[in-house]
Amino acid sequence: MPEKVQDTVIEVKDLAVGYGDSVVLRDISFNVDRGEIFIILGGSGCGKSTLLKNMIGLYRPLAGQVLINGRDMATAEGTRRRELLRSFGVMYQSGALFGSLTLMENVRLPLEEFTELPDRAMDLIAVMKLEMVGLGGYGHYMPSELSGGMRKRAAIARAMVLDPQILFLDEPTAGLDPVISAEMDQLILQLAESLNMTFVIVTHELPSIYAIADRVIMLDRQAKGIIASGPPKRLRDASENPRVQAFFRREAIPEVVQEESESSHE
Amino acid sequence: METATRHPACPDLPGDVCRIVEQSDETMILALEGRLDADAVALLWHPLVDYIEKEAPQNLCIQADKISYCDGAGIGLLMELARKQRKREAQFKLRGLKEEFARLWSLYRPEDFLEIGSSRPHPCCLPEEVGRLACQAWRGLLDMVCFTGELTVALLQAARHPRSIRWPEVWLVAEKAGVNALPIVGLISFLIGLIMAFQATIPMRQFGVEIYIANLTALSMLRELGPLMTALLLAGRSGSAFAAELGTMKINEEIDALTTMGLAPVPFLAVTRVLATVIILPLLSLFANLMGLVGGAVVLRSLGYPLITYINQVKSAVNLVDLAGGLFKTLAFALIVAGVGCLYGLKTRLSASAVGDAATRAVVSGIILIVIADGLFAVIYYFLGI
Repeated sequence: MPEKVQDTVIEVKDLAVGYGDSVVLRDISFNVDRGEIFIILGGSGCGKSTLLKNMIGLYRPLAGQVLINGRDMATAEGTRRRELLRSFGVMYQSGALFGSLTLMENVRLPLEEFTELPDRAMDLIAVMKLEMVGLGGYGHYMPSELSGGMRKRAAIARAMVLDPQILFLDEPTAGLDPVISAEMDQLILQLAESLNMTFVIVTHELPSIYAIADRVIMLDRQAKGIIASGPPKRLRDASENPRVQAFFRREAIPEVVQEESESSHE
Repeated sequence: METATRHPACPDLPGDVCRIVEQSDETMILALEGRLDADAVALLWHPLVDYIEKEAPQNLCIQADKISYCDGAGIGLLMELARKQRKREAQFKLRGLKEEFARLWSLYRPEDFLEIGSSRPHPCCLPEEVGRLACQAWRGLLDMVCFTGELTVALLQAARHPRSIRWPEVWLVAEKAGVNALPIVGLISFLIGLIMAFQATIPMRQFGVEIYIANLTALSMLRELGPLMTALLLAGRSGSAFAAELGTMKINEEIDALTTMGLAPVPFLAVTRVLATVIILPLLSLFANLMGLVGGAVVLRSLGYPLITYINQVKSAVNLVDLAGGLFKTLAFALIVAGVGCLYGLKTRLSASAVGDAATRAVVSGIILIVIADGLFAVIYYFLGI
């Protein structure tokens, strides 16, 4: 197994994100190293997906910057932007498959856009990726003919068809059965080890987090920022923050903590 | 290995990535080196696959120990070679692939990829395609009949229990489909009246009967063009909107949610839209008639006729029956526009493109049915002497 080269592929510096005048997260800073499986955690509505969309350049940050391989996604244009786009794949929460294309056409699309591979090669690679996520034989189905979990798996296949350096996955295992979830976790681990691929994953699934995460950051809606970061088991065992404790122990947040946090907010 | 019988050079193969180490009648040993990524595979695929196909070795062995990087495209190339060998019932061996890439390779089995179907299913023959389209048309007809029945029952129930109708929703739809459509309906009708009068001016002038332009404009607007143009505009503007709105609700499972809450979609969603359209289409049509007459008046005024002459001429040309006959047709047109829009919205399949298809079908079917209904009305009015 090759030694993982510890160089930073994603730098998030003093980032503030939100919509219009409303700030969702502020003072967000962290780095993600090559080959790392990095998890963004947090309760519903804390801004996990918003942070992810700022990282991939869909939204422009209110302040700060996100550097991918040293380049700012928000300002990159032309060939540089294309190179950056080629370097990462994204799986959206809803799958975001194109409804007018079959699964195979969906998975082929990035290959057609970014490579010079012959048609036959693209077909075979698309079929292999679908097989990899357990959708062998479904290539000619339309997304509307499949269940939500199957659409999600096809979206994962599309995101990884180019074997990009970085994969951003927004809740990849939500809605999948435990067996498929475990298989997806294995696949992520294999890709990270074999191709030194970097993963940035938004998820709530604790079993998945324990199985694959190298490092976790936990966001909080009331703090509007990161309240904990580190390996998941260390956070579970050593964090003194009651919100982090409640999250990892799957408990309701104590009322005292809620009141304290609300009063501190006022 | 040194006693290889022949070493035919393949000039198309990029030598820095692929080398033929040994080739005999039965066996071929190939060495792959360096990065086997999408760029390298794009160059290598055709020459290598074609060469292997041409030579058809009984044993193909790939020396992969010098591959420094191998992503999905590289694994795809190896898989293509493996599956081609397997299809010919020949041997394929992969030697020395580094552990990290071997793990990727082990995710797949060549026998799973012996046949790669096309990305889209194609019908086997013309009769199958014709049969499929005929079945679709038959199902579409059945859907239309069922929906018409459901809508009729729902409208009768609504007539028996007017309080059960969601009137705020009705007024909201009436505002969107009716009030907001006034500018476009007014503009189009005014221009139609104006253009029709202008076009009629030259032939009428030859006979010195320009004043009869008023008769032409009034009769054609009140009996035919006012109701028809308004209905066509509403089909394009609101029929498509109903189909898109209900189609999106179906995709978002809002229709399912209504059903599980005990609220049938047709009374809840379609009745309000049909009622709103039935209320506003005659009113819009009345407005269209007026604007068409104004267009005619502008032309006659420009020819030097006083306004009062035009008004008197219009009064003598048309009567209340002409107006009522035109407005009565709009009730049928309203049922068609709203009904077809709601039908295609509720029958939308579950994809974004299906919403667009539903809106298109609603407009096209709406227009066709309106024109057919107008033709039927023309025949009926003829026999009734209206």
